[in-house]
Amino acid sequence: MPAVSKGDGMRGLAVFISDIRNCKSKEAEIKRINKELANIRSKFKGDKALDGYSKKKYVCKLLFIFLLGHDIDFGHMEAVNLLSSNKYTEKQIGYLFISVLVNSNSDLISLINNAIKNDLSSRNPTFMNLALHCIANVGSREMAEAFAAEVPRILVAGDTMDSVKQSAALCLLRLNRTSPDLVLMGEWTARVVHLLNDQHLGVVTAATSLITTLAQKSPEDFKTSVSLAVARLSRIVSSGSTDLQDYTYYFVAAPWLSVKLLRLLQCYPPPEDGAIRGRLTECLETILNKAQEPPKSKKVQHSNAKNAVLFEAISLIIHHDSEPTLLVRACNQLGQFLQHRETNLRYLALESMCTLASSEFSHEAVKTHIETVINALKSERDVSVRQRAVDLLYAMCDRSNAKQIVAEMLSYLETADYSIREEIVLKVAILAEKYAVDYTWYVDTILNLIRFAGDYVSDEVWYRVIQIVINRDEVQGYAAKTVFEALQAPACHENLVKVGGYILGEFGNLIAGDSRSSPLIQFDLLHSKFHLCSVPTRALLLSAYIKFINLFPEVKGTIQEVLRSDSQLRNADVELQQRAVEYLRLSCIASTDILATVLEEMPPFPERESSILAKLKRKKGPGNLHPDLDENRKERSANGGTADHSSTTSNAKVAASPTPSTDLLGLGSTITTQNSAPPASKGTSLLVDVFSENIAAFPVETPVAVGPVADENFSRFVCKNNGVLYENQLLQIGLKSEFRQNLGRMYVFFGNKTSTQFMNFAASVVCQDTLQAQLNVHAKPADPTVDGGAQLQQILNIECMSDFVDAPVLNIQFRYGGTLQNIAVKLPITLNKFFQPTEMTSQDFFQRWKQLGAPQQEVQKIFKAKHSMDTEVTKAKIMGFGAALLDGVDPNPSNFVGAGVIHTKTTQVGCLLRLEPNTQAQMYRLTLRTSRDTVSQRLCDLLSEQF
Amino acid sequence: MMHFLLLFSRQGKLRLQKWFTPIPEREKKKIVRDMTTMVLGRKPRSCNFLHWKDLKIVYKKYASLYFCCGLDAEENELLALEVLHRYVELLDKYFGNVCELDIIFNFEKAYFILDEFLLGGEVQETSKQVVSRSIEASDMLQEAEVDNSDYDLELGWP
Repeated sequence: MPAVSKGDGMRGLAVFISDIRNCKSKEAEIKRINKELANIRSKFKGDKALDGYSKKKYVCKLLFIFLLGHDIDFGHMEAVNLLSSNKYTEKQIGYLFISVLVNSNSDLISLINNAIKNDLSSRNPTFMNLALHCIANVGSREMAEAFAAEVPRILVAGDTMDSVKQSAALCLLRLNRTSPDLVLMGEWTARVVHLLNDQHLGVVTAATSLITTLAQKSPEDFKTSVSLAVARLSRIVSSGSTDLQDYTYYFVAAPWLSVKLLRLLQCYPPPEDGAIRGRLTECLETILNKAQEPPKSKKVQHSNAKNAVLFEAISLIIHHDSEPTLLVRACNQLGQFLQHRETNLRYLALESMCTLASSEFSHEAVKTHIETVINALKSERDVSVRQRAVDLLYAMCDRSNAKQIVAEMLSYLETADYSIREEIVLKVAILAEKYAVDYTWYVDTILNLIRFAGDYVSDEVWYRVIQIVINRDEVQGYAAKTVFEALQAPACHENLVKVGGYILGEFGNLIAGDSRSSPLIQFDLLHSKFHLCSVPTRALLLSAYIKFINLFPEVKGTIQEVLRSDSQLRNADVELQQRAVEYLRLSCIASTDILATVLEEMPPFPERESSILAKLKRKKGPGNLHPDLDENRKERSANGGTADHSSTTSNAKVAASPTPSTDLLGLGSTITTQNSAPPASKGTSLLVDVFSENIAAFPVETPVAVGPVADENFSRFVCKNNGVLYENQLLQIGLKSEFRQNLGRMYVFFGNKTSTQFMNFAASVVCQDTLQAQLNVHAKPADPTVDGGAQLQQILNIECMSDFVDAPVLNIQFRYGGTLQNIAVKLPITLNKFFQPTEMTSQDFFQRWKQLGAPQQEVQKIFKAKHSMDTEVTKAKIMGFGAALLDGVDPNPSNFVGAGVIHTKTTQVGCLLRLEPNTQAQMYRLTLRTSRDTVSQRLCDLLSEQF
Repeated sequence: MMHFLLLFSRQGKLRLQKWFTPIPEREKKKIVRDMTTMVLGRKPRSCNFLHWKDLKIVYKKYASLYFCCGLDAEENELLALEVLHRYVELLDKYFGNVCELDIIFNFEKAYFILDEFLLGGEVQETSKQVVSRSIEASDMLQEAEVDNSDYDLELGWP
């Protein structure tokens, strides 16, 4: 190494750094830094022009200060100046500063872009590389706009140096990630694919990364890369360990490139061409064979690189999921790693096997390793390895081993790390339900969960056990007996009290014949826990007591006594007080018949997907879904005829009723079927109140969308009814809709952009919270599969019940390749869709305008124009919004005036609007007057976003 | 792709930070804090991989320095370990038996070397020879320039 490389020149910098290191305290450091900043500032402001070298040194110091974590608010200009220096080191520091301290200051951006442009056209490869690195490091929108066309040109130009090609490929990759809309495919696309044939392995490596990312987005355009990638891979795999010179890493031939090629192939299904497919299978076999050969070096780098390729090959085998022999070999290989002395390999083997467990071909092979995995759960010292073991046990679970796995997980739970307990609880709950043959086992398991890890048992889990007990007659007596026994413990978890209260309230009669659990004993047992519980649990217990009055007339007096006590009737908590008062009254005035009707046993809940599963999915995030989903798949194949579980699930999803489809106990829907009294009459009828209290007693969870809800295109549909609502690399969603009065129909088109079939496709519409009472959206069932390149149509019938603000969410779930995709999109059903335009004269308009003069009826908004203020466009938007555009009404011809009626099922709301543009200030003033304040507000919000 | 690469000391002092995706400064500080506490809290001879949010974390300790990177879920952990190792080798080749102090005092060089090796969160060039050669070439340019530049005549500091 040249000696000059270290500490060259910038002595001041080295001195400054050692000063900082010598600072004894944070204060001293800040003091020293401030002193330096003052010094630099004065140099930059000084009369004497600084030479390039000093500028470089000061900019470098500023950079150091920034990297220490301090704010820097000057020096950017000097750094930009360095970019145009013709001295390499000055330029280099300038670029480094810009790359680290990205500043969106637009003046500077144009200067920076200018400097980059100069360097890109300099034909000096070193300068070109610096410029390309800078674009890749910053990757801002402005840079993408400036260079998205130039970079591909450099990449495929015949005379570009190899190192520049490499930088250009990755630079383009970065721009494509940050601003995909600006990187346009063109004739360069085909030439990029041919870089896979390049002589220079560095160029191939960089290009493969680029192609993989592009192929994920538009597989069709890069299809030809498959055969090239297979050919390249085959040459690497069969090469001797030294053939590739410096691209051989610790006796492994080009591990980086191999892994990247294998990743690229995972963008596609197995090659259709038999020859290519055969060659690829050969490659994969060779990789698997090499794993059995003795290592060529004892160095960990050798085994890491070799196994990195092996794991990637296994990923590809799993992705293809088509060659049983390869899958089983992969499984055996992973099985060896499960017992390897390297912790890293054990970790990765557990992780990889999780995905292997979901393949029908290898599921059985994975299961043979159950003892090893259970042993890992018990003996691994590293929590992250144990976590993977839990995941794998969950993934390999089926009817044959469920009892064993659940038992092992339960016993692990007692000592498990706090960080993963909740997840284990969810997993045990799901497995216990899914594979319960006799439900007594299920009840025992859940009660054990509460016993071992009560704090980690979320509401979903105990809701679910109640739901299942209510739906299965055969287990009710056992459940009552078991909770009764569990409640005997002097200290039991509050969740157990909840489950116990609910179950005894419903089914306490089934064990009341035994004198050891007579009604009074049951009641005393529950009531002994009452004072230790939180308000919601106490509220639940009160409901259980009133149920007892119906079940056991003999304890009526005792319970009335309790309800009558001051601690209940005068409880400071409104909820508890109200319940005590109402239940007491109910028990006094209602006849036995009425009581029996009102407090009848809960009807069965509609079958639905377990909400626990949804919770686990949320916890795991979108990337990690396969185990749950594969459970479904395996379940179906294992049970043959009993596919009803999953089919009812998807039916329930498609027929999205206004009630939340995943509410936990289904109480919302049962209540509405039991009595049709409007909820508004609260307080007028005792019976109704008892029911509405019941609703509150068992919290009904609102449905949750998985992942973020996309709404980028939402506002585009406010003034129009057709268009593309959503698009990603796999799926395009188009809409066509028509509305009349308070009804609407929406045609949703799901376009599969890939060449692979989407499986288990389900789309459902969810109206959250208050919206479910305001808007009915009924989705007609659609096919569960969408072929590659095909389009699926689904019809939504819409009914507007009353005015609303929120928009329903369209949840889409399907399986593409090995993974489950979840997409949630906001559906553009907005209040203005139910507009009917009304023509009226100027006189009528102003008369009504005055009638709607109350302050809450008017909503006004002044806002800046976001688009050009074109009269015709504005007119079209107002008409698209649904109102009639009234000409000659406003004395000022440049203003716009509109009128219409919003139709809902319950009412019609007359609406007047006025839009006043101020072209000079580029502002608008929008005024809405309607007979309902909520409507005025909503329409104003919607329309003001459009200009 | 790689989202970030951090080098920090046993005491949790950050020595190098490279971000391959745009992240607000506040968020960066939070990530650095999470990484240092998480990684420094690991027992010796634990495995080198962790899950953190949607990312895979791969880390390795070299002498007094921890090298730690965050990867997309589909990335290959073992190869990421070798990315870290290759970077160490490159630093080693350049500085000759690299130590923490080299990286502190020549931080800009550490960044330059990294830019030659990784770009946009992907490996750009895996050959040690090629990377070293381009770093050497830029040093030769620098050497030529240093001869022309004035000696550091900064007032106030020796």
